[in-house]
Amino acid sequence: MLEMRNLKLTLNGKPVIDGLNLEVKEGKIHGLLGVNGTGKTTLASLIMGISYPDEGNIIFEGQDITQCTISQRAKMGITLAWQEPARFEGLSIKEYLNLNRDLSLSEIENYLWMVGLPPTEYLNRAIDVSLSGGERKRVELASVMAIKPKVVILDEPDSGIDVVSLPHIMNGITEMSKQGSAVLLITHSEEAVSVADEVSVMCAGKVINTGLPEEMCQWFKSNCQTCNHIGTLEV
Amino acid sequence: MIVVKEYEAMLEAYGKAGGNLNALKIRDAGNLVIHKNKVLSANEAAGIKVETEETETGVNIYFLVEEGVKIKHPVHLCFGVLPQEGLQEITLKVEAQAGSEVNVIAHCIFPNAVAVIHKMNADINIGDNAKFSYHETHYHGEFGGVKVIPKAKIRVGKKGVWQSTFVLIEGCVGMLDYDFEIFGEEKSNSELMVKVSGKKEDDISIVEKIHLDGAEARGLAKSRLVLNDNAKAVVRGETYGNAPFARGHVDCLEIVNGEGVIARAIPMVYVNDKQAKVTHEAAIGSIDKKQMQTLMARGLNEEEAVDVIVRGILK
Repeated sequence: MLEMRNLKLTLNGKPVIDGLNLEVKEGKIHGLLGVNGTGKTTLASLIMGISYPDEGNIIFEGQDITQCTISQRAKMGITLAWQEPARFEGLSIKEYLNLNRDLSLSEIENYLWMVGLPPTEYLNRAIDVSLSGGERKRVELASVMAIKPKVVILDEPDSGIDVVSLPHIMNGITEMSKQGSAVLLITHSEEAVSVADEVSVMCAGKVINTGLPEEMCQWFKSNCQTCNHIGTLEV
Repeated sequence: MIVVKEYEAMLEAYGKAGGNLNALKIRDAGNLVIHKNKVLSANEAAGIKVETEETETGVNIYFLVEEGVKIKHPVHLCFGVLPQEGLQEITLKVEAQAGSEVNVIAHCIFPNAVAVIHKMNADINIGDNAKFSYHETHYHGEFGGVKVIPKAKIRVGKKGVWQSTFVLIEGCVGMLDYDFEIFGEEKSNSELMVKVSGKKEDDISIVEKIHLDGAEARGLAKSRLVLNDNAKAVVRGETYGNAPFARGHVDCLEIVNGEGVIARAIPMVYVNDKQAKVTHEAAIGSIDKKQMQTLMARGLNEEEAVDVIVRGILK
């Protein structure tokens, strides 16, 4: 459904993405596991069209979308939930979930329940600094679910959040998959990728191994957590 | 007959400006409609006294809320100049006696202005334990030929509360010179909020001053401006912590959304009591890139994303 073919990106003379190949299959959760600094967030930006690769192609449903804008990709059914989602003064959660769509109140409430946020408490709250990091991420996940995307990139949805929020977020991810969305779950946590159908390990700007979650977690533990490949290409 | 026509025209403009026409029909709700220097309607509610005096260039208003009275319905004020040219000078004397509570909603309407001056000089006294909310919304046409000059001095008594918003986001103003100054006594709570959308060649000056003169007085001076085209703006937010445990904050955000825009912010905090604390934050810049990308990743185009962000800031 979504394929990255030999993607390359150099920033400040340093290769950040270096010949990356990856395939995300329809309706599946694909975990992308890697330590900090291996280029995971940069890859998310390339897929969403926030930045563009120097070389390589991004193929979505057979169409080359490498040069498409963010809005064009979003209209095709691709979306992204940021690691640190933006906050918006004066925009309520209800309005945010209903951006560019025409959801009923009960539908909006349902999405909030799916991520464990009681609608009576949250519907009219602003998406500003008054929300905790965990609440903001749960709102982001609910907003992504409301779009019913074909592919969603989740950039470290589990990082920096409280223990109360984590199960709600993991539940939201599996729920999206059940609804038919393909999920690219970017994380450095082995626990988080346990919900994935398939996992790829990323190191120094490229995918170095792909397999079942349990195998890849073991492989990641023994090969990646102690190595110094961050920002280098000596894999 | 002419007065009736003027009144009907004002009501029509008031409705278009978002004013609540039904509210003007509630018998026990206070209202005041003034066109140029003519008082077209004045309705006192129980607990409120309104005296008006027409002058050559405007109207002098005395507005009293009686001691201990909590006014049920908001009081609606409507000021405006409907022709292309004109001068309106409003002198407003407000006395909110101790323990009273009132919510005043004002609409200022200049839909056809080419060369209009609207001045308001307000002298406001909020008694001890009294609560006064004042929300003023402006409605202007697209020409931008208005000079709007609202000035107010507000004294807030012990444990008194003053909350005001000044909103000018519809149409184009021309020149705005807003200057509100508050003197807060012990345990008073004062909030000033200004929301302005500057367009074309608008020249905007905002001054928000809060003197926290009493112990434990609280003050917030907040402003939100979005500047488009060649609009110029300067925002001065000043807060003075003059008493023990006084707490104040100045918060200014200006969004630059045009090639010819000039935006300035001058926050000033002054503390002369070692137990007082005043903080400030001021930010000027273009629309946040990450906010834009987030909204575009939800399927909005660039223009729609800017609109959502700006509407939120000015909401």
